[in-house]
Amino acid sequence: MSAEATPVIEARGLNLVFDTADGQVQALKDVDLTIRKGDFVSFIGPSGCGKTTFLRVVADLEQPTGGTVTVNGMTPEAARKARAYGYVFQAAGLYPWRTIAGNVRLPLEIMGYSRAEQAERVARVLELVELTGFEKKYPWQLSGGMQQRASIARALAFDADILLMDEPFGALDEIVRDRLNEELLRLWRRTGKTIGFVTHSIPEAVYLSTRIVVMSPRPGRITDVIESPLPVERPLDIRDTPEFIAVAHRVREGLREGHSYDE
Amino acid sequence: MMRSVLPVLTVVAVILAAWYVACVPMNARWAQDQAARAGVELSLPELVADTLSQQRPRLPAPHQVLEEFWNSTWVEETQGRRGIVNTGTLSNRSLVFHGWVTLSATLLGFAMGTGLGLLLAIGIVHNRAMDRSVMPWAIASQTIPIIALAPMIIVVLNAVGVSGLIPKALIAAYLSFFPVVVGMVKGFRAPDAMQLDLLRTYNASGAETFFKLRLPASMPYLFASLKIGVAAALVGIIVAELPTGAVAGLGARLLAGSYFGQTLQIWSALVAAAILAAMLVGIVGLAQRLTLRRMGMAA
Repeated sequence: MSAEATPVIEARGLNLVFDTADGQVQALKDVDLTIRKGDFVSFIGPSGCGKTTFLRVVADLEQPTGGTVTVNGMTPEAARKARAYGYVFQAAGLYPWRTIAGNVRLPLEIMGYSRAEQAERVARVLELVELTGFEKKYPWQLSGGMQQRASIARALAFDADILLMDEPFGALDEIVRDRLNEELLRLWRRTGKTIGFVTHSIPEAVYLSTRIVVMSPRPGRITDVIESPLPVERPLDIRDTPEFIAVAHRVREGLREGHSYDE
Repeated sequence: MMRSVLPVLTVVAVILAAWYVACVPMNARWAQDQAARAGVELSLPELVADTLSQQRPRLPAPHQVLEEFWNSTWVEETQGRRGIVNTGTLSNRSLVFHGWVTLSATLLGFAMGTGLGLLLAIGIVHNRAMDRSVMPWAIASQTIPIIALAPMIIVVLNAVGVSGLIPKALIAAYLSFFPVVVGMVKGFRAPDAMQLDLLRTYNASGAETFFKLRLPASMPYLFASLKIGVAAALVGIIVAELPTGAVAGLGARLLAGSYFGQTLQIWSALVAAAILAAMLVGIVGLAQRLTLRRMGMAA
């Protein structure tokens, strides 16, 4: 959060061009961004602005066609192999044949933790997302919000310093989303992780972030980076304060600017 | 329970009724020829009674088939001179014996076919070259009528000294590998891009991806494939038993029956084959329910 904190993710002149049937699509154009340790950075913008693509490049799920990106000072591939980050997808994507505990245990099994440590970690992260008592349930027995919390627990289980979240609450209704936002903030404060968070929702971005990255499409690029003036402690009703409304306004302006030449 | 049994019984009753009705015109010619030769006139009730009780009817009535089936299973084994009660071994005139011959070959062929199908599916999913090259051949293999291929396989294998169970099992495997390949390629590919990406973020190996994701995700496909595969294996064995000189197995019974115009024998062998098929598919279905329940995917 502080200026002297070490950079965790650094992108310099990042470009990514997809070859599609309709020709080339510039998903990312000259993206420069530094995410520092302990930052909660939201990426907001309309569809096709490259916010998800940026997260996937950081996670080594896409290869940039130009520029560089480092994660913990390593290439994304090395960072992925070092299990530097946990990734939360849009859908919970829990395995229907595994219990909640079994799903959270999945990365731990693959990463070779001992059985005792697996059990200890599963219990700990399930407590962190308030799913204690649901260990033996199967995913279909849980609501959508609970499933998404389980998938966050799964991403937290192996204690990566970085959490990358791609519209994790996009499919949930607003009431559930509010609660999960509060929980996520609390979790972030407790764990001190660096979080990259993709969203469509202006209130969500403003409420959660220490910094908000506003992006616009065709070509996907950053139009504004907003340092949030909001305090670390954020009750839900902070959204009615003038500071909050001012930040939300600036985000909306940034989005409108990026959109001016189409629509 | 009653709600599911009643519709089934209704359908069975309709089929049986239609069967009985069909027996009359099918067997009437023979009954009337016999009557004309004896110089008697048949009344309608007499005609109907005769068509349902002939020795070698064109179409035997259901109760005749069941009687023959009973006689060539229970009665033959318990009271027959060569039955298991008198000799300690199954009688070669009983459907229990022939059914067992067919069943054992079916199980071997089914196991071979399933194994081959699984291996090919694993190869196709993990190897681009196999993906492009194997499937067309697998499809081509199924366009050749098995009835034409079976005798050649038997003869060729016999020439190189392989006879008995193996050639028959190979033909069953030839039929049953196909649904397994098709089903399991789809099953192994059932996980979506997101689930594969997730394992990539864990830096999971190919084997881990297979055993933790692809294999469990393919289970519903596996059992659907196995049901088709086991029925296909049974058909393969019966077809393979036709040209083998027909000494044992349900196929042999069918062939012998048709040589000597023993329609009752043919039909009772058919009943035995149908019971066998229902049992095999039922066992696969049971395995499916148990497996999916254990996996929490209540079926």
